[in-house]
Amino acid sequence: MSRIGKIARRSFLVGSVAIVGGVGFGLYKVRQPAANPLTPPEGAAAITPFVLIDAQGITLISPRAEMGQGVHTTWAALIAEELDVDMADVRVIHGPAAKAYYNSAVVGDALPGRDYDKSEFQHSVAEALGVLGKLISFQITGGSTSMKDGFTRMREAGAVARETLKLAAAEQLGVPVGQLRTAQGKVIAPDGTELPYTALAGAAAEITPPSAPALRDARDWRILGKSQPRVDMVAKSTGTAQFGIDVRLPDMRFAALRINPALGGTMQGYDDTAARAMPGVEKVVPLTNGVAVVACNTWLAQQAVDAIKVQWGASPNPPDTDAVFARIAAALDDAPNSTMRDDGDVATLPTGATLVEAAYRAPYLAHATMEPMNATAHFTGDALEVWCGNQTPVFQRNTCAKIAGLEPEAVTIHTTLMGGGFGRRGELDFASYATELAVAMPGVPVQLTWSRAEDMTHDFYRPGAVARFRGAVQNGKAVMVDGQIAAQSAVHQAMGRLAGLPAAGPDKVLVEGAFNQPYAIPNYRIRGHIAPLDIPVGFWRSVGNSFNGFFHDTFLDELAHAAGRDPLDFRLQMMRGEHAPSAGCLETVAQMSNWTGKTPEGVGRGVAFTYSFGTPVAQVVEVEQTEDGIRIARAWIACDMGIALDRSIVEAQMVGGMIYGLSAACFGEITFAEGRVEQQNFPDYDGLRIHNTPVTEVSVLETNAHMGGAGEPGTPPSMPALGNALFDLTGRRARSLPLMHDFDLLV
Amino acid sequence: MPLTLTVNGTDHQTDLPENVPLLWVLRDDLGLTGTKFGCGIAACGACTVHVGGVAVRSCQLPVGDVWDEVTTIEGLGTPAALSAVQAAWVEHQVAQCGYCQSGQIMQAAALLAEIPDPSDAEIDEAMQGNLCRCGTYPRIRAAVKTASAKMKEV
Ligand code: FES
Ligand code: FES
Repeated sequence: MSRIGKIARRSFLVGSVAIVGGVGFGLYKVRQPAANPLTPPEGAAAITPFVLIDAQGITLISPRAEMGQGVHTTWAALIAEELDVDMADVRVIHGPAAKAYYNSAVVGDALPGRDYDKSEFQHSVAEALGVLGKLISFQITGGSTSMKDGFTRMREAGAVARETLKLAAAEQLGVPVGQLRTAQGKVIAPDGTELPYTALAGAAAEITPPSAPALRDARDWRILGKSQPRVDMVAKSTGTAQFGIDVRLPDMRFAALRINPALGGTMQGYDDTAARAMPGVEKVVPLTNGVAVVACNTWLAQQAVDAIKVQWGASPNPPDTDAVFARIAAALDDAPNSTMRDDGDVATLPTGATLVEAAYRAPYLAHATMEPMNATAHFTGDALEVWCGNQTPVFQRNTCAKIAGLEPEAVTIHTTLMGGGFGRRGELDFASYATELAVAMPGVPVQLTWSRAEDMTHDFYRPGAVARFRGAVQNGKAVMVDGQIAAQSAVHQAMGRLAGLPAAGPDKVLVEGAFNQPYAIPNYRIRGHIAPLDIPVGFWRSVGNSFNGFFHDTFLDELAHAAGRDPLDFRLQMMRGEHAPSAGCLETVAQMSNWTGKTPEGVGRGVAFTYSFGTPVAQVVEVEQTEDGIRIARAWIACDMGIALDRSIVEAQMVGGMIYGLSAACFGEITFAEGRVEQQNFPDYDGLRIHNTPVTEVSVLETNAHMGGAGEPGTPPSMPALGNALFDLTGRRARSLPLMHDFDLLV
Repeated sequence: MPLTLTVNGTDHQTDLPENVPLLWVLRDDLGLTGTKFGCGIAACGACTVHVGGVAVRSCQLPVGDVWDEVTTIEGLGTPAALSAVQAAWVEHQVAQCGYCQSGQIMQAAALLAEIPDPSDAEIDEAMQGNLCRCGTYPRIRAAVKTASAKMKEV
């Protein structure tokens, strides 16, 4: 049996017979010159399979995890397009472990000249987090996005599989391969004979796959470019989709934990007398900086954890929000970590120009995924299995192995569906703590679930940030923008935490969304300053863009106002010669919203624009004064991602990204007291609900020369668009988030 | 003394204490994991089930206080036999991560049972306790309307 056969059978498929004779098509074999093979680590597959065909049908093994962004559907569509199968006939499963997949991630051309480990690290980080890719692409030629990578790679996987099946059929039928065609999962001979792929799988397994054939022209696409029913939709509408928290194993126990609420503080001791006497409780286990209870039921475990009296060490961080932000603001006067844009001269105010200055602030934010953090682990002394929704299987495996004192090969990571990721599930804490527990309970599978309060008070937060902008306008145009941004570096911190690498160098992510916007402004400088703090920070949907979009675009709105110009025209004029697809988004959103620059009494409108993850996005937000407060009534979004493979998914991501951003802009903030996070649950950290979500229209353009992302670019412009609309409505400028403190918003 | 509970038409027994919320009996004891844990304090709606046809936050209902038959998402319909609300959810491709959707669907089903043709304001009123961090609200609204229209046809 092939390696993939074993993995797939063990992990996912019930019928072992059907797998025998199955064939996996991978690109590793296809692309890798035979004379120069990679040397995969112990236990890794020699071929990296994406397509598995057996008597049961066609299975796509996705190295990407589904967290709601529709990646399984679109990746299946890429394969199906070339393979000539119907979407309904493709099944998608997560890769069972890094073992089978991360090799493919390092295949040759993405990072030439890198040694194996280095490449593996870089690729995993970049792909899984979708963030450090920026750093990585900085180092390689051409910098392709991850979607672009999958765009070609998955279609090639489909094409190679198709051609291999045709070769198998040619042999079987004695017909030259050139006379065969394929359709709907069958090879068809000139005389009409039809051989289903499933019947050819055994023979195809014996054939060396040909090198990747030419891919089909977009004009001939049957599936791509059209909205497909999502492969996970029925399961997610019937309660049958299995998330990490739904894993159920024989004799499994349920656990809850309490980690030191003073962030970074230690656990010095505890009294669990009361807890141990509570119903259902089996064991109390000390953890790194915390304590857990294992019980027969999650709720009973939570109750017991609450009954433990713990002596907590103090947090090493500044005690409260004011002290934290004082530290961040002080960093603005330190030497910059980066000057990623430095055009013209910002030192001298152009003669006759009007000076504009403003300071901005954005809070720390939690991810607040709908599914709280959790992981399930089973330790048997010489092996460990971990089930969790995660974006970083390689890191998870290596970390869990270290904790359990095992070789990485002895650890299996099962990636489940994720009830939201937004960047949170790239972290290692959930699998680590579950492993600590499992090691304390050998032979017993344990599921560890965070309470909402634990989840919210122990996040890796979107860093709080401040900015100082100076600019000037003259003759209706911006002639100078000089921006400084200060925040903790999520990248530097994560490099150490996830990969054990020292942090250094200019952090591009800290200034993304500010330094790289397509405006022709003659004197234009953006500097980034790293605030020296150790509050846990990480990657939050759109990362640096999530605050820089607000800072930079709000400042442009202020300049437009100072120049006495219509804010949309003002932006457009500076953008047209700089980047046509971006200008196209602004023009489109103006048309969609019937933008006139004027609004009736009681209504305000704001426009904003951010170019992020390769996708320009323009948004118009309309607010109205109601008796119950200011309501976000309507919104319009225009984006240009080059090629939109599935419009329904892109539209959902754009709207979802915007709502995620608006939620944060209105209500989102994490604050600190005595080194502890003050927010505990959704009443303290709410999002938009159905009644205060705007009616939204989306336009997806396809003129951009490069394929951009969809999951994140909808978030950054939402916050300034809302702030600018509030300015239009009230005459008060929104310079600090969340807006609920300064505006009477409908809740 | 075990407690008896009727869920989706089947009788179940549980040995858990009576103060354990229904949510955790369903999930950890009966293995009905379609009902989700989101907040534990009635702030998100992920745990919504029907008790005697009424939408209830199962994280707040001690199992000893369950007064009638319980219906969970698994009992509303199945992949092979979708209920009208579920079919509308699929038609509108509502779910993103999908984690909140069991609760959304149970809340919507209860709304439509009570008000077969809800206005936007009535949808707002009934559905605003259900949080969706992915932001699927526009499609939820559309799906509720489609389900309402479909249910009137029958
Ligand atoms: S878990 Fe019950 S309302 Fe959130
Ligand atoms: S679909 Fe993800 S929380 Fe609603």
